[in-house]
Amino acid sequence: MNILSLFVLIPLLMLLGLWMSRSLNQVRGVMVAGSGLLLVLAVWLAVAYSGLRSAGADEEMLFTASVTWFAPLHICYSVGVDGISVVMLLLSAVIVFTGTFASWKLKPLTKEYFLWFTLLSTGVFGFFISTDLFTMFMFYEVALIPMYLLIGVWGSGRKEYSAMKLTLMLMGGSAFLLIGILGIYYGAGGETMNILEIVKERIPTEVQRIFFPAVFLGFGVLGALFPFHTWSPDGHASAPTAVSMLHAGVLMKLGGYGCFRVAMYLMPTGAAIWGDFFLVLTTVSVVYGAFSAVVQTDLKYINAYSSVSHCGLVLFALLMMTRVSATGAILQMLSHGLMTALFFALIGMIYGRTHTRDIRQLSGLMKIMPFLSVGYVIAGLANLGLPGLSGFVAEMTVFVGSFERADLFHRACTVIATTSIVITAVYILRVVGRILYGTCRNPEHLKLTDATWDERFAVICLVVAVAGLGLSPWWASSVISASVEPIISQLSQL
Amino acid sequence: MDITTSLLSMQAEASLAVILVVMLLADLIIREPGHRKLQILGCILMAVQLALNVVPAEGEAFGGMYRSTELASVVKTVLAAGTLLVFMQAGEWLGREDTRGKAGEFYLLTLSTLLGMFLMVSAGSFMLFYIGLELASIPMACLVAFDKYRHHSAEAGAKFILSSMFSSALMLYGLSLLYGTCGTMYFADMPALLAGTPLQVMAMVFFFAGLGFKVSLVPFHMWTPDVYQGAPTAVAGYLSVISKGAAAFAMAAVLLKVFGGMVHDWSLLLSVVTVLTITVGNVFAVLQTDLKRFMAYSSISQAGYIVLGALAGSGQGMASLVYYVIIYVAANLAVFGIIGTVEQHTGGKTGRSAYAGLYQTNPRLAFGMTLALFSLAGIPPFAGFFSKFFVFAAAFHAGHWLVVFLALVNTIISLYYYLLVVKAMYITPSDSPVPPFRADGLTRAGLLVCVAGVVVTGLVSGLYGLLSGAALH
Repeated sequence: MNILSLFVLIPLLMLLGLWMSRSLNQVRGVMVAGSGLLLVLAVWLAVAYSGLRSAGADEEMLFTASVTWFAPLHICYSVGVDGISVVMLLLSAVIVFTGTFASWKLKPLTKEYFLWFTLLSTGVFGFFISTDLFTMFMFYEVALIPMYLLIGVWGSGRKEYSAMKLTLMLMGGSAFLLIGILGIYYGAGGETMNILEIVKERIPTEVQRIFFPAVFLGFGVLGALFPFHTWSPDGHASAPTAVSMLHAGVLMKLGGYGCFRVAMYLMPTGAAIWGDFFLVLTTVSVVYGAFSAVVQTDLKYINAYSSVSHCGLVLFALLMMTRVSATGAILQMLSHGLMTALFFALIGMIYGRTHTRDIRQLSGLMKIMPFLSVGYVIAGLANLGLPGLSGFVAEMTVFVGSFERADLFHRACTVIATTSIVITAVYILRVVGRILYGTCRNPEHLKLTDATWDERFAVICLVVAVAGLGLSPWWASSVISASVEPIISQLSQL
Repeated sequence: MDITTSLLSMQAEASLAVILVVMLLADLIIREPGHRKLQILGCILMAVQLALNVVPAEGEAFGGMYRSTELASVVKTVLAAGTLLVFMQAGEWLGREDTRGKAGEFYLLTLSTLLGMFLMVSAGSFMLFYIGLELASIPMACLVAFDKYRHHSAEAGAKFILSSMFSSALMLYGLSLLYGTCGTMYFADMPALLAGTPLQVMAMVFFFAGLGFKVSLVPFHMWTPDVYQGAPTAVAGYLSVISKGAAAFAMAAVLLKVFGGMVHDWSLLLSVVTVLTITVGNVFAVLQTDLKRFMAYSSISQAGYIVLGALAGSGQGMASLVYYVIIYVAANLAVFGIIGTVEQHTGGKTGRSAYAGLYQTNPRLAFGMTLALFSLAGIPPFAGFFSKFFVFAAAFHAGHWLVVFLALVNTIISLYYYLLVVKAMYITPSDSPVPPFRADGLTRAGLLVCVAGVVVTGLVSGLYGLLSGAALH
């Protein structure tokens, strides 16, 4: 059996295990064993992948396999990975693993919670390994629908409203996506659903003109493309901690990944026609998200808008269509995934103690819960792009790559987007100063305790990952850069 | 060909007729209260019928009057399987004080309508088609009015018979025009004689309108919500899947086989009707609080998706349509089965508010309902996702991408209202939730089959391949 199929098989076995679990400890055991195994598998895959590449394997995708599923429509279960999917799988595995620990004490209905959580993970892993349009789309939707119940049942605040809004908007996106996929399939002759084979066909320009925006928009909704980002702040604010982590950390990356792998790779002419239009939207996303974050008072809203800004930067860099900027985009997905998960985990832990996320009611937490506060500072610094942490590597690459486009339009967009760095510093430092430093004004908060072992474990894992990526980005950067090449050359053929 | 071989080629119909007679005799012989025995007998006989006809067979009899294709044979098997599921789920309702004595009639009436649908599906001539249609309609009115002293059942029966007669009259008028211009009733001879003259187009429209009533396409859908709400739940379930599935298949088959040459005349008509059906069904479903009425509107919009397969006007479309019907049978019967059993155990509650907190008291029932609703909404990995994708692909392939897009936008609306039910079961707190109960064995088995169908059918790829093969035959 293909090694990649394990990424789907393990979560499915976890679902089975959870289904049969009779006690809380069994549920936790299944989750830790399963997500740990996935992490090991992802690391092993990364090592094996680099090994094969340095041994001279030059196919676009490695570990490929294909089993025919629905022959009349040429639907196959086809899998394969390149550098981009390898790092995305690694990211997903890290976040599922830490997310398990972040929801260690979650109540009520713990078993059901982890069932839906694991179903969501199945979708995410399946999406990243698929090379077949239909299978990919199926996994994409599998990853979306559990969000409704995860937010609706275990969320907080206006959870019913947020859950419905999020689900409907994302499903709306996938309606566009589905029509786009049919357009690609029949546009490429209706002979194959496999991305690697479709790319060899020439899809007629007229078809690309119609269906590129459908696909890009479909994935863009999940990537929080302005003006379709409004589900994101509400959804993230209402979701339970681990779900926010998984959603902002991994699920939003499905959007960027899909835009790049499906929309731009398969329809380069469409990308040339529509690129500038979407570039303007993403520039708005980047700046608008950052400004919105400045005026928020709820910690989760701040981070949610910050995610809009950072995910906007992913799409922005992809649309610049240079090799460096696209590498930066993938690095940004990785970096943002890790640090936003760290952020949401910490916010969840702080909220679990103080029962408020309003920054006006929090102060002087550094003395009360030093571990969580230091973690928060590190996440904040990574977010604003401090050298040595992951954010710097990603944003630097993005902006350097974007500056390679020397015409006025692209230059202007780049300059505008660059301002977001400064605005990010404003909202991050303001929050850090306000809630962590100074004296604690609320006497109730003085009785609170610092992180427990499960929380510490989750935070340390993520901090190590953020710092690791920041200090030694060479591996990730070279693996990504090599895999971005075929897609960029496809785009620059025109 | 002598009469024996003719009859043997109609083995599905013949075996069903035998079952009908056996049930009639059993109803006379078995002493009161025999509802339980009758149910078990009915289920066993239907299971035998399924086993006998599970291999798709082709056949022709009476000089082309009867002509069963491989695909039609699959459809008949599906209809029989759906009927078996309805029988399994009807036990609790038929065991009630006021229906106990006439349980036998339920099986007889249901089986006669099924026989009518079989004939309609495998008709080779408009004459047999019409006979089948009538046989499927008139006993159905009795079924709808089965609870005649309860609720609005009698009223629903009256509405059903009136609208049914009206639509039959429309269709007969269309058929008479067709006969007038072609001089034949046989499907095989007609395509050569149909040139698309105005009179023939008119005939086609009348025929289409008549069948539109049966499939409950907008604007011929007015009777559906009242009838579904008034009819006993088991009957409403039967009406929504079996009757609708048979009529939709028959319509698609006739459009393709007989009116295939006039595709330009009907494709715009059908596109508009499809979009209207899906949209109106969806928009009205959002407003409903009674689950039976809600499912009525939901099944109107589902009919629109089924007809998308007919719109494709190709073998691919037919295969997708049949596949859609199969999945739809499983999902819809699961929902109606659950509505029915909850209704029986709560003294007749069918409002959405009654379902609040269902997950806390009856987690399995709520979970099954969730899966079935997800499938109806087209969420993977449940079967509805695959069936929707296939009808979309078929219609897209035929060039109707705008219709497909509008249908897709509609799936969002449908997701909204299906989620409202899920929300009631999982999220909304309730002071007086449905108390925990255990449905009777056959009902549970029936629901289990439906839910398993919803989960497994999509992932099993051979089925669609088989249908495609049969459709290309």
